[in-house]
Amino acid sequence: MVEVMLSGPLRAAAGGRAKVEVEAATIHQLLARLGQDHPKLKPMLERGVAVAIDGQIYRDDWLRSIPPGSEVVILPKMAGG
Amino acid sequence: MKPGAPILHADMITENVEPAPTKPSNIAGRHEFGHGDPEQGFKQADHIIERVFKTEATHQGYIEPHACLASVGTDGSGELWVCTQGHFMVRDTCAALLGMDVSRLRVTASEIGGGFGGKTTVFVEPVALALSRKAGKPVKVVMSREEVFRASGPTSSTSMTVKIGVTKAGRITGGYAELRFQGGAFTGSPVVLGAMSAFACYDLEHVKVVGYDVVTNRPKQAAYRAPGAPMAAFAVESVLDELAKKIHMDPIELRLKNAAKEGTRSSYGPKYNRIGLIDCLEAARKHPHYKAPLGANQGRGIAAGFWFNFGGQTCVSLNVNIDGTVALVVGTPDIGGSRASMCLMAAEELGIPYDKVRAIVADTSSLGYNDISEGSRVTFSTGLATISAARDAVTKLCARAAKIWGIPADAVTWENGHAKPSGPNAGSFEPLSLEDLAKKAAKTGGPIAGHYEVNADGAGVSFAVHLADAEVDPETGRVHITRYTVVQDAGKAVHPSYVEGQFQGGAAQGIGWAINEEYIYGRDGRLQNPGFLDYRIPVASDLPMIDTVIVEVPNPGHPYGVRGVGETSIVPPLAAIANAVSAAAGVRMTQLPMSAPRVLKAIDGAKHGSRRR
Repeated sequence: MVEVMLSGPLRAAAGGRAKVEVEAATIHQLLARLGQDHPKLKPMLERGVAVAIDGQIYRDDWLRSIPPGSEVVILPKMAGG
Repeated sequence: MKPGAPILHADMITENVEPAPTKPSNIAGRHEFGHGDPEQGFKQADHIIERVFKTEATHQGYIEPHACLASVGTDGSGELWVCTQGHFMVRDTCAALLGMDVSRLRVTASEIGGGFGGKTTVFVEPVALALSRKAGKPVKVVMSREEVFRASGPTSSTSMTVKIGVTKAGRITGGYAELRFQGGAFTGSPVVLGAMSAFACYDLEHVKVVGYDVVTNRPKQAAYRAPGAPMAAFAVESVLDELAKKIHMDPIELRLKNAAKEGTRSSYGPKYNRIGLIDCLEAARKHPHYKAPLGANQGRGIAAGFWFNFGGQTCVSLNVNIDGTVALVVGTPDIGGSRASMCLMAAEELGIPYDKVRAIVADTSSLGYNDISEGSRVTFSTGLATISAARDAVTKLCARAAKIWGIPADAVTWENGHAKPSGPNAGSFEPLSLEDLAKKAAKTGGPIAGHYEVNADGAGVSFAVHLADAEVDPETGRVHITRYTVVQDAGKAVHPSYVEGQFQGGAAQGIGWAINEEYIYGRDGRLQNPGFLDYRIPVASDLPMIDTVIVEVPNPGHPYGVRGVGETSIVPPLAAIANAVSAAAGVRMTQLPMSAPRVLKAIDGAKHGSRRR
């Protein structure tokens, strides 16, 4: 199981929870299962999010593996200027 | 946001509020970040300061207006030449809007005359293509300066409340901010990034930021260099400055006592890897500027700033020419001298002189997809792809030498631009230079090229600390910046002069934003200053020489340690200058721009008993 921290607006969609647990080995699996477990999160996940694994932010990397015991944080989609 | 305000969209229900509101609102979304309990933190504080800050809408101020030339043939295929930060984005967006196959539209990015985030979307391009398709002739569309101001996006104007508590010893016990960003008539102000970055410089147990994305009857905002972060930093760093004075502590010392470092949980969620904020603060404290004497009516301000930096989709080809020169083909428009950095990295890997490598920005039909040049991503991600493409070419060059010598490929190594036999059984052969191998390419297997495509991640966040000296004319309120120093972590400065250029450009742009620039509307709701005469960006005579200190704390996510540098430099200036002006004027400035009338009003207000700082 991966412990996932939800930041910002994602918390509200997960019933106010700051942390959830998900069975996932990759970012793709993580996002798919989060959407299944928390249907209100699904539209936000589909619009796009970033995922931080051990402090490293990934914007669009479905196949990135999630090492056991790593810290995972879901962040809103981000873009620069 | 005001109760009773006209509602812009009857179907706009504020997002991220549970339970969901039942009535429409001009607040498109609420975005909350942080951890701990700021109220608990404030109970531990010896001093608490709460202030409200405002900033006006400002334009990126690129000199070159939006322009393009479209030509659609009778077979439905089109070509487009355009000044943009992302021609692949332009191609895909225009093709979708016009119902074209992507492969039928070829887009070439022209040399850009400034973008700063404002050229990360389309404005006139689909129109030019549609007109050309209809007319059967080439169509050129160029925005006038007035059109650029009215029809392209400025950044948000903002209203922000910040509350911070500290102990007498200088430990921040709690931080809270409410950010209200208006982004024009549609959702999408950069309040999320402002909220995420507001307290990102600090290691806080109790921190909370709530951001509101608000719609108004104004032009839709567009991205502007580190979207959202400069305004949030202005508010937070101003309160910190005031707190430092309150507890009689050096402002850099206060920041050092609370600075984020490796392992700190950021205010937006993840823990930091290796970062360079403390290095920047120490370098700023040691800089001669920090101890230099000030004259009459002068004040000094410092501020720290943070930006995320990003990677993204990137594709690079590297072609070895017959004479041993190298053509490097990238797909990210060069908005800050990136081609020179790419050439340096390719030359480093290949072991050949820098001037033997020539980089071009290819059109969309000549290279795989590349994301926009945004998010301070190009030197990081295109550099990473360039290094990998060069290594791919080196592998092929070694294989070619092995074939010539009749030895296994793994018995060849690449050193200083030459293939050399390596290992006990490799035999003895004269090294072959890249030029030697290039000349023999046709007869040893054909063209030699390296290629790499990646969705790069691991850009590595960066921090900056700015020092600003301001002189205020007490009779007119006019502000003049007399000295300015930028200290920033670049990870590794591949091309130090261009890195300094980014540092100085951010400072110059920030000086304009802090002192002069604002969208001014008349009572009729119309923009009053859509031109560079009345919307005054800084010119050379407005600026001091801007000193720079490049700090290098390597980013573990890049082979050379590169971090993005383009955006972080715009984050601290608003706050650094506001702190300097506040010190010079003797009154806390909480609204930008600090134009002469506004500063004079603040000075007069202070004389008549309003708040002094």
